[in-house]
Amino acid sequence: MIDFINYYFIPALAIGSVYALGAVGISMIFGILRFAHFAHGDLMTVGAYGVLAALAVIPLPPLLLLPFGIALAIAAALLVDRIFYKPLRNLPTIYVVISSFGVALIFRSLLQLVWGSENQVFVSGVRPPLVLLDTFRISVLHVEAIILTAIIAVLLHYFLSRTRTGRSMRAVADDAELAAISGLDTETVVRWTWIIGATLAATAGVFAGLDTSAHPNLGWNLLLPMFAAAILGGIGKPMGAMAGGLIIGLAEELSSYNWIGDSALISPSYKTAVAFVIMVILLIFRPQGLFKGRLL
Amino acid sequence: MTALLSVRGLTAGYGGVPIIEDVALDIGKHEITVIIGPNGAGKSTLLKTIFALTNILGGTIAFEGRDITGLKTSSLVPLGISATPQSRNVFPNLTVGENLDIGTYAAPPPDKTKTREKILELFPDLRSKLKQPAGELSGGQRQMVAMGRALMSEPRLLLLDEPTAGLSPAYLERIFDLLLDIRKAGITILMVEQNAKQALQIADRGHVLVTGRNFASGTGAELLADDNVRRSFLGGGVP
Repeated sequence: MIDFINYYFIPALAIGSVYALGAVGISMIFGILRFAHFAHGDLMTVGAYGVLAALAVIPLPPLLLLPFGIALAIAAALLVDRIFYKPLRNLPTIYVVISSFGVALIFRSLLQLVWGSENQVFVSGVRPPLVLLDTFRISVLHVEAIILTAIIAVLLHYFLSRTRTGRSMRAVADDAELAAISGLDTETVVRWTWIIGATLAATAGVFAGLDTSAHPNLGWNLLLPMFAAAILGGIGKPMGAMAGGLIIGLAEELSSYNWIGDSALISPSYKTAVAFVIMVILLIFRPQGLFKGRLL
Repeated sequence: MTALLSVRGLTAGYGGVPIIEDVALDIGKHEITVIIGPNGAGKSTLLKTIFALTNILGGTIAFEGRDITGLKTSSLVPLGISATPQSRNVFPNLTVGENLDIGTYAAPPPDKTKTREKILELFPDLRSKLKQPAGELSGGQRQMVAMGRALMSEPRLLLLDEPTAGLSPAYLERIFDLLLDIRKAGITILMVEQNAKQALQIADRGHVLVTGRNFASGTGAELLADDNVRRSFLGGGVP
């Protein structure tokens, strides 16, 4: 039981937090801009490298340098929206989806060009785990990821339900034409969607990079479980995406626990497949997700 | 009559294809003006054009003597024009209260609480449903939310696209009564209506649009008495 919590449950919540933060952006972009943003994983990577760059100049704990990663990701997102997505906004969705594939490659290649393709370590050396009551040995990073994600979830909920910008975002996601008729400025809403999406993506990217190491494929490799999380939560439902991320993280990690007998239920090397299986089953049987989102 | 809104030689449509051509009309202050006509006459397109949701190919629109041709919708709301579309007229996942609130964002009224209170007095049915998602309401209640949302910015001109579409006869009466109350509050109404006969009964003026052009106009009573109009658009018979 202790092993289960130490080696499966907490790491599952931590990876689930990363998925959750990424999936929120995917879900909001889909809800408001109406396209599947395939560069979202790479936007996470941009955020991680932003912190790496800051770390080279300022020797502080990486999490304190998160604002630099967030700033770089926001700048990158607003820039690609202006140049690559906005001109395609009134065309059939497939144009901007393909464009986002291109943007994904641009992000990845630029990072490779500047930092090279090898793994980059944020902090060398081993960080001792947090030991609680002599039995729980939990990675400090995992605790940080889980707590920060929980705080972000509360703030995001408050933002979307109480603030004017948040309500405008939900209104545009609900019905963009009616939002325009109501006099809302859709471009402001779009800008805020990118700012929030990029902020959460950068945070997720830094956690993912800190957990292992940063490399140009970091975010791209996480893209499909994040899409699975966004679909699970119901497209256009940010809080649903949060829950979806945690569920996908738990399902992936717990699938390799020795539930029956002594060996792993599913070999850990297949755990990504778990996310895909969930995604395919959902698309067939409940395409609106758990929280009644929009249909893809 | 002082015209609040003047439309001259208006030609507009979607893309380069005109749906309405050379339309002219004047909307009197504090009046209810109804646009009637057969299906496909361009009634809704006319309303959408005034609200900057189509492509204007020619002509001018003036509001309170100011040329507003070519302005964006988001700049029309602060000038004092609000609109409700025919279908999809509420934000279904937002609560009724939030729907009303959205109406204040583009043009905040001087005292939001007071305006909201006035609107809830006008639509008392909504008071108990403020926390309910608007998508769960009936068609008639949604229409009230839509009108309430449009009124939250305290407009001087309210554009309504078929406010009684799909409503039961009981609700239809109520909506028409509400329109009279809204006019009493000093708000000018321009509406498109399929229930032409009832609409003309409460209207100060009516315009008949056929194949995108002006066909006839007059006071509500005049149009109701006009043989030609009655035969073609009001189902014939005695008014």
